[in-house]
Amino acid sequence: MSDVGLPASVEALRRVREDPHRLGHRAHGPTEPIEGAGHGATGPAHKRIVVGYGFWIYLLSDIVLFSCFFAAFAVQRGATAGGPTLAQIVDIRRVGFETAALLLSSYTCMLSFAATNARNRLWTEIFLLVTGLLGLVFVLLELQEFIELAGQGITPQRSGMLTSFFGLVGLHGLHVTAGGLWLATMMAQVLVKGFRPEIVHRLICFNLFWHALDIVWIGIFTIVYLMGINA
Amino acid sequence: MFGKLSLSAIPLSQPIPLITSFIVILIALYVLVLITVKGWWPYLWREWITSVDHKRIGVMYCLLGVVMLIRGFADAIMMRTQQAVAINAPGYLPPDHYNQIFTAHGTIMILFGAMPLVLGFMNFLVPLQLGVRDVAFPTFNSVGFWLTASGALLVNVSLFIGEFARTGWLPYPPLSETTYTPGVGVDYYLWAVQISGAGTLITGINIVTTVLKMRCRGMSYLRMPVFCWTALASCMLIVAAFPILTATLAMLTLDRYVGWHYFTNTAGGNPMMFVNLVWAWGHPEVYILVLPVFGIFSEIFSTFSGKPLFGYRSMVAATLFICIVSMLVWLHHFFTMGAGAAVNTFFGISSSIIAVGTGVKIYNWIFTMYGGRVRFEAPMLWSMGFIFTFVIGGLTGVLLAIPPADFLTHNSMFLVAHFHNVIIGGVVFGLFAGVEFWFPKAFGFRLHEGWGKAAFWFAFIGFWVTFTPLYVLGLLGMTRRLQHINVPEWRPWLYMSVVGVGILVLGVISQVTQLVVSIRNRERLRDVTGDPWDGRSLEWATPSPPPFFNFAVMPNVEGEEAYWGIKLRAIESQQLSPEPTYEPIEMPVNSPVGFYTAFFASVFGFAMIWYIWWLAAVALVAAFAGFVIFAWRDVHEIEVPAEQVAQVDRDRRAAREALLARISRQGALS
Repeated sequence: MSDVGLPASVEALRRVREDPHRLGHRAHGPTEPIEGAGHGATGPAHKRIVVGYGFWIYLLSDIVLFSCFFAAFAVQRGATAGGPTLAQIVDIRRVGFETAALLLSSYTCMLSFAATNARNRLWTEIFLLVTGLLGLVFVLLELQEFIELAGQGITPQRSGMLTSFFGLVGLHGLHVTAGGLWLATMMAQVLVKGFRPEIVHRLICFNLFWHALDIVWIGIFTIVYLMGINA
Repeated sequence: MFGKLSLSAIPLSQPIPLITSFIVILIALYVLVLITVKGWWPYLWREWITSVDHKRIGVMYCLLGVVMLIRGFADAIMMRTQQAVAINAPGYLPPDHYNQIFTAHGTIMILFGAMPLVLGFMNFLVPLQLGVRDVAFPTFNSVGFWLTASGALLVNVSLFIGEFARTGWLPYPPLSETTYTPGVGVDYYLWAVQISGAGTLITGINIVTTVLKMRCRGMSYLRMPVFCWTALASCMLIVAAFPILTATLAMLTLDRYVGWHYFTNTAGGNPMMFVNLVWAWGHPEVYILVLPVFGIFSEIFSTFSGKPLFGYRSMVAATLFICIVSMLVWLHHFFTMGAGAAVNTFFGISSSIIAVGTGVKIYNWIFTMYGGRVRFEAPMLWSMGFIFTFVIGGLTGVLLAIPPADFLTHNSMFLVAHFHNVIIGGVVFGLFAGVEFWFPKAFGFRLHEGWGKAAFWFAFIGFWVTFTPLYVLGLLGMTRRLQHINVPEWRPWLYMSVVGVGILVLGVISQVTQLVVSIRNRERLRDVTGDPWDGRSLEWATPSPPPFFNFAVMPNVEGEEAYWGIKLRAIESQQLSPEPTYEPIEMPVNSPVGFYTAFFASVFGFAMIWYIWWLAAVALVAAFAGFVIFAWRDVHEIEVPAEQVAQVDRDRRAAREALLARISRQGALS
């Protein structure tokens, strides 16, 4: 908080240095094309933009992947083959806790990136750690749910509905687990290497990934669990 | 310890796969020994295997594709000859083996022959045409290539160890479920396609990002060569469609490995869901293959007609139109499977409408030739053969797009003839045209012209002699994938088709001869100026082969057909633009991570196929460790000193100045 009281011009200069392409801060309407932003004909974009952009494209493909599992769930939602229905397996209380943990982790993930932007290694690590722990809580709760269901003989092998349920929810859980591995790697990298450009680029990608998983979870929470209560 | 793997996996009782495998293994051993004896390993490792240069990766993709095309063609020869001899007779291929052959033929030709070639062209050309030094993510590019190679390796391993799928190139359940196909064949298919699919997705992401974010100064969207547009459209389709394949195959894998019920015909599984999902990928896949090839033809028609492409903007619009509509036609692959009249009508109309976009392109190419100074060299012959062949393939496609007519021709030889007509006449002709056209750019010397033309005529005539009978047979009622035939009246047509295959073999021999002759005479065929065909886009502004940094100085594009403008200015003023100031260039360093990842991906795939769980776990951990080690590296780029850059560019300028001097001596402009 040492910046308090600095003249606005200094603050503005610092912002431009940190974000030379003024992402999200450009005025509307026709303006000069910006060097290195990859808009129009100003030459190749800056590495940071290329990396972020490429990762967005990957996320789009990942959303398509999830949409197939959503589609399978929509098709097989009623295919219980005489087994339990969706309403019988949804435990909305636990899923509520899972959702809270995951949404909160998205918030702390964003805080870690704010700390990254301020180039504060300690707070970046702390918030990444909190994010990871919340993710772990989420995964453990989901595991508990799966194990309890399996204990009652409710497994994917039982019916098409259960297959598509475990497939969709499990795919998301797998993503969160992989994200956790990535997060641990990034924490180690920040610790050892600090905020080099390529590390910051990876942190940007990791943040995008984590938030995307949240968005997918909101879909799962709504379509599988909330709509499943009365199914 | 070794899961399901035992010595009985080697097909000792089947002479054909056994002998073939031994020949393949012998050739592979010979190549490996040759490389070792000649001491080429360090060079190969440094310059190719660990290379992240988009041109090297492009060339390796094409090499892989060509080898796999030959493998797929061998399968085709066996199928045509089997059907010709198995008329009221058993033939020489037992049913189980025959089923593996048609499955392998489709899988290999589409996913490991045509796909690598198309991806190779996109890799090689897009950065050169956009005037930049590499793709957006060079190291991931290498990972993508090696994953594709890993998939191809697994498919070919199935020849010797175990068996391949017998289900057709799209393994429809419930046949492909464990209940009905318990062996490892479908598992080979699943892991090979899954691994190479991951590689394809990486390339797709890479090219989309490159085209949208990495163009040189002045290269606005509407100044991009059409090939870049088609590569963009194709890769957008890859990003949108390949995850569907990944998901579908993952679901089938879960069904097979752990007894889930996505596609089973019991316990609430839904086999039709597989058919819908797989074609939601499969139809866009067709356009993923053909769109870049349309780009190749666009470049060739304009270059060899000496004219700008007719209707550039309508070409771009047609490309994007096809890109979108191709996602809305998948159901025409199964009109007969009970979707109902309303749904069939929608997809029948959308399938017919997509021909409009292609029609626009065909007219544009014809009008490009109109009034131009057309040079009938080998790339142009392939392109003109394409127009004739592809139009007829398109017309039979429109016939199949009409649901009532499709009910008569569904899964018949008419369908087989149709899709070979568009894939050979479109994709393969285009790839061969592209090889003739860009070979001098990649290797620094032209291909021998006479053998190139011979290859075209054999392929063109051979194609029609092979597939016209199949149209007729389809209309006579012959269905596809028959191991033996009970209708003697079909004999003449089947024989004629074999004659066609013979002519195609002559075409393949001509291609190989062309390559050998050209390599022998490379000094005489040397391309010294870097612009052997009087080209129009930026790749021809570089020397042949281009230096690994592509451009000594980043180009500044001032209009459409970037290089054509530069060339006209130089010829008019009879001098090159003034020598630029050369600066050091940062280039990404080579990396073994692609090879490393693919090695463990192959091990992982093989372990999963044979249920060797510990090995699969080891391979996964090793792959992850490799990525962490890669992420830890500190040196990402090397600097090319300004003197080296200057040297390369001065050589290029000297060659071009000599050319200018020759033009002015001849007084061509006075």
